[in-house]
Amino acid sequence: MVKNLKVVGKPFRKVDARAKCVGQTKFADDIVLPRMLFCKILRSHLPHALIKNIDVSKALALPGVFAVVTGKDFPIPYGILPVSQDEHALCIDKVRFIGDPVAAVAAIDEDVAFDAMNLIEVEYEPLDTISTIDEAVLIDEPRIHEYGDSGNIHKKVSLEFGNVEEGFAEADLVREDTFFYEGNTHLPMEQHAAVAHFDSDGKITLWSSTQTPHYVHRALAKVLGLPASHIRVIATPNGGGFGGKSDPFNHEVVVCKLSMLTGRPVKVTLTREEVFYCHRGRHPILMRVKTGVKNDGAITAMHFQSFLDGGAYGSYGVASTFYSGALQTVTYEVPRYKFQGLRAFTNKPPCGPKRGHGTPQPRYALEVQLDKIAEQLGMDPVEIRRKHLVAPNSITANYLRIGSMGLGQCIEKVVEGSRWNERFSGWDPNNRKLPFGKGIGIACSSYICGAGLPIYWNNMPQSGVQLRLDRQGGVCVMCGSTDIGQGSDSILAYIVAEVLGIDPFDIRVVTADTDLTPVDLGSYSSRVTLMTGNAAIQAAERARELLVMAVAEKLGVPIENISLAERRVFDVENPEIGVTFAEAVVLAESKFGTLGTVGSYSPPRSPGRYKGSGVGPSPAYSYSAAVAEVDVNPDTGIVVVERVWIAHDIGRSINPMLVMGQVEGSVYMGLGEILMEEMVYRENRNVVHKFPSMLEYKSPTTMEMCDVKTYLIEDPDPNGPYGAKEVGQGPLLPVPPAVANAVYNAVGVRIDEVPITPEKVLRALKDKARGRIGRFGPAAIPVVDWPEPLRVLTPSEGGDGSEMPRVAVHG
Amino acid sequence: MMRLPKFEYHTPQTIAEAVKIMAGAGPAGQFVAGGTDLYPNMKRRQQMPKTVISVMRLAELNQITGDGRNGLRIGASVILTDVCEHPIINRDYPVVAKAARTISTPILRNMGTIGGNLLLDTRCNYYDQNYEWRKGINFCLKKDGDVCWVAPGSSKCWAVQSSDLVPVMVAIGAKLRFVSTLGERVIDAAGLYNDDGIDYLHKRPDELLVDIQLPPTNGWRASYQKLRRRGAFDFPVLGVATWIATDNSDVKDARIVLGGIAPSPVQITEAASALIGKPLTDDQIIAAAEAAYIKARPLDNTDFVYQWRKQMARQYTLRALRDLQS
Repeated sequence: MVKNLKVVGKPFRKVDARAKCVGQTKFADDIVLPRMLFCKILRSHLPHALIKNIDVSKALALPGVFAVVTGKDFPIPYGILPVSQDEHALCIDKVRFIGDPVAAVAAIDEDVAFDAMNLIEVEYEPLDTISTIDEAVLIDEPRIHEYGDSGNIHKKVSLEFGNVEEGFAEADLVREDTFFYEGNTHLPMEQHAAVAHFDSDGKITLWSSTQTPHYVHRALAKVLGLPASHIRVIATPNGGGFGGKSDPFNHEVVVCKLSMLTGRPVKVTLTREEVFYCHRGRHPILMRVKTGVKNDGAITAMHFQSFLDGGAYGSYGVASTFYSGALQTVTYEVPRYKFQGLRAFTNKPPCGPKRGHGTPQPRYALEVQLDKIAEQLGMDPVEIRRKHLVAPNSITANYLRIGSMGLGQCIEKVVEGSRWNERFSGWDPNNRKLPFGKGIGIACSSYICGAGLPIYWNNMPQSGVQLRLDRQGGVCVMCGSTDIGQGSDSILAYIVAEVLGIDPFDIRVVTADTDLTPVDLGSYSSRVTLMTGNAAIQAAERARELLVMAVAEKLGVPIENISLAERRVFDVENPEIGVTFAEAVVLAESKFGTLGTVGSYSPPRSPGRYKGSGVGPSPAYSYSAAVAEVDVNPDTGIVVVERVWIAHDIGRSINPMLVMGQVEGSVYMGLGEILMEEMVYRENRNVVHKFPSMLEYKSPTTMEMCDVKTYLIEDPDPNGPYGAKEVGQGPLLPVPPAVANAVYNAVGVRIDEVPITPEKVLRALKDKARGRIGRFGPAAIPVVDWPEPLRVLTPSEGGDGSEMPRVAVHG
Repeated sequence: MMRLPKFEYHTPQTIAEAVKIMAGAGPAGQFVAGGTDLYPNMKRRQQMPKTVISVMRLAELNQITGDGRNGLRIGASVILTDVCEHPIINRDYPVVAKAARTISTPILRNMGTIGGNLLLDTRCNYYDQNYEWRKGINFCLKKDGDVCWVAPGSSKCWAVQSSDLVPVMVAIGAKLRFVSTLGERVIDAAGLYNDDGIDYLHKRPDELLVDIQLPPTNGWRASYQKLRRRGAFDFPVLGVATWIATDNSDVKDARIVLGGIAPSPVQITEAASALIGKPLTDDQIIAAAEAAYIKARPLDNTDFVYQWRKQMARQYTLRALRDLQS
């Protein structure tokens, strides 16, 4: 089906690149409307307290103040997941973390708004805080929320696929390891901003730096008491998102309300501190992994437990919890698998989805443990991975359907590129090929290409594209997808250009506007290229058909002879006979009337039917492998990552330059997570965030970025547009464990806790020198009453994807 | 964005005019050069001067004169980029250029000045936060509160001296010239700093730092090593400046100064003693580094785990002294 591609696979520039380079792109904060007011939000300075009284009279009396709102103006709760409707735009009777919004003002300028904010008087009654997973498990009162599985435990999950105990009994070696992955945040360059305008017709427009305008639209309809048809949400180009702009946010709701009250446009731009408080970033996760293997490294069973520190609200947390146990099975064969996950509420900014959503933490644990198992079995860490890869076109124990699977080729590439065999010297520390202090490590991973299910239950497509062709030959693509810098607008243009035989820069792309564009669920779960790409192909092929029919009739040749390329529609047998693309549009419009087509995409149904099977299924899975080379200074413990070789199974690159950019960006973000980034709090000082600033929250600069050698594996997946799979998130995943394994290779200590900071390395080295175990990491996990697991027979046991009835289990 | 409080802004053209405006403004007055320290502090409401007097147009403060043979005079408003790039500083005082190059980022060095860096406010993770954050811990001793959260039993503020140039200037024996309406005085750099995070300068607020005078370069060598998380941007959380004067092959005099670990630069006299009167051998260097390790007592108010920073005092002193070998 795919031949002679003219656009797909070529390194075109992005359709919005020039505007971004010259500063023409209008981000949300660039929007200025006549008579616009400025909003500031007063936030709680206490981590956990009851609101006894709020006095806004002084703020209201300040000249230049137009409105002040508090929690009583927002009685209806919202939240991204239907099961976690636990946020109010402004807190009503209780604050749950430092930074929780309490009141907001709209004023003539930002200075007046700031002064007015400081005139609001709030009386609080402080409550005891819950600041760790352990505390949340042990302490039921005070409860941070009145819902959840119990006390301060938001959610407990327990699933078992096949009998893991039988698997452990079959194993030659069973290992148990405990890991901790610290939380970190997205750190987009652009702070969240939003402008709302309630017009004289009673309709409201919100411009916002959001990744999910459709979900914001739904939340506003719920909270504002306006019909959804009177609400328009426009996602402005995002200056970075990484998952941090995927929730409906309180500031978005607040500016809408303030605009409704004042009749003026209202803008809010968050400060960097406030962005830290929005968070929704990587959950800190404590993990216990028990894995049984045969002597050849084949896994017989795995039992994975994860404990997530969720922060103060639900956000995507229930999905994050499931994700922390979902994708362990899609890289290496895991015939029996048990997962138990727990998410705790704590008095900290809420965690949610960050690039890799819920999966970098377990991937780190799994890949580091596999390295330890390889050492115990005396196997090369490359071999233990390569020998037991999941088969393409198979179904895993937890009912994830694997399509194309290019991990073997990824491993080949990085092994060859890094000259692994010349440099990895086995496990004997006295017989090294590299000098002490230099090391290499390998890790692999996989990620979904779009979540199989939408966030709210419905039977409609997950992505829609409309195409309009005008008689001047113009083509306009309309889609609800949101470009957050990843290039999704460009992908739409490339794909439509490919199908219609025109130049991508001839196409007008209109996206992320709930009035103008059909619904796309948003830029999350690495879904956009695959889903909007397929919808765009469908819309474009339908348009192509109309053009072909009209031109075939005009030229008097059979339809199958008509081809579209280089802005022409012509007879393939006599290519000089044909019409221009614009003439073709005129012919088609003359024949059919105004030209518009639509395309839509719904993912295939997942084979899993058990409760909880909604998280993990995807139309396709991308694969990555990475080798990291490090230099560890044994006197200081400082780790420098010198080079990363990374191969990514992209299926097919729609634009290899953009794919490479995403791979390198993922390596960069992975380095930040493994080496330094920490979203941490002073538990004994009111649970304040330690350093909500870009200076003190340490994220790598270009000086810390390593050399990256990227390999793209192109093995087209039948479910992807032209075979394409995701690249926005997956390539981050192998980086942290590859670095951790390289550190062990360099100096012989295991750092089972992310980030790998110099003091941890030095401590482990000193312990080792004193004859203790050269390891830094957590020892214990909380004692938890897990619910009886939901049991599912695996496909190889003859299961049909449904859970076994409880009675059968006990009978 | 975070907003500046309101203030009156002056741009005097002469030193006499500048110090006169300052005398008139009293305690609510504040000199500003590049503003890279002051303005963020004002946005965070750590400092709230009502009268801000720019010293950027004072011609005398913008000059570099002299050389290594006679000594070099650097005006206090010379921007750090110019210190980094100045050919005579690079030739005769490479340690000054090297330390200046480690300050922050190129963009901030284009604004920040050498004088501003030497007078940099002390820094602390409990203090360098916006107003709302500090309210969350009920403020701290240095500003608006009455407890030092770094050392709650202490009556003293433990905010950290965080300039890269301060330990260097103390180590090489630079002198500083101040002018006020009451006259002029020149002091040793070492005499400027006080071991208290609030009252961290032996200087009246109305005194204007006019220039920095580097001594002639005969017979001494100096080096600087900086510990920070990243290769750019970050303040030092340990800075080691070393200076030795040699006589034939023996160390005649030495100064080892640690920055980034206490409210003032810390001179390690025991480290100097370990070096004086002997050649600069590995054994002497190890002994000096041990002395630096013992005397370094950082607290938990900067980046990194403080116990590890203490251990690094040994490693970074070793590195700085090894730079002086040969």
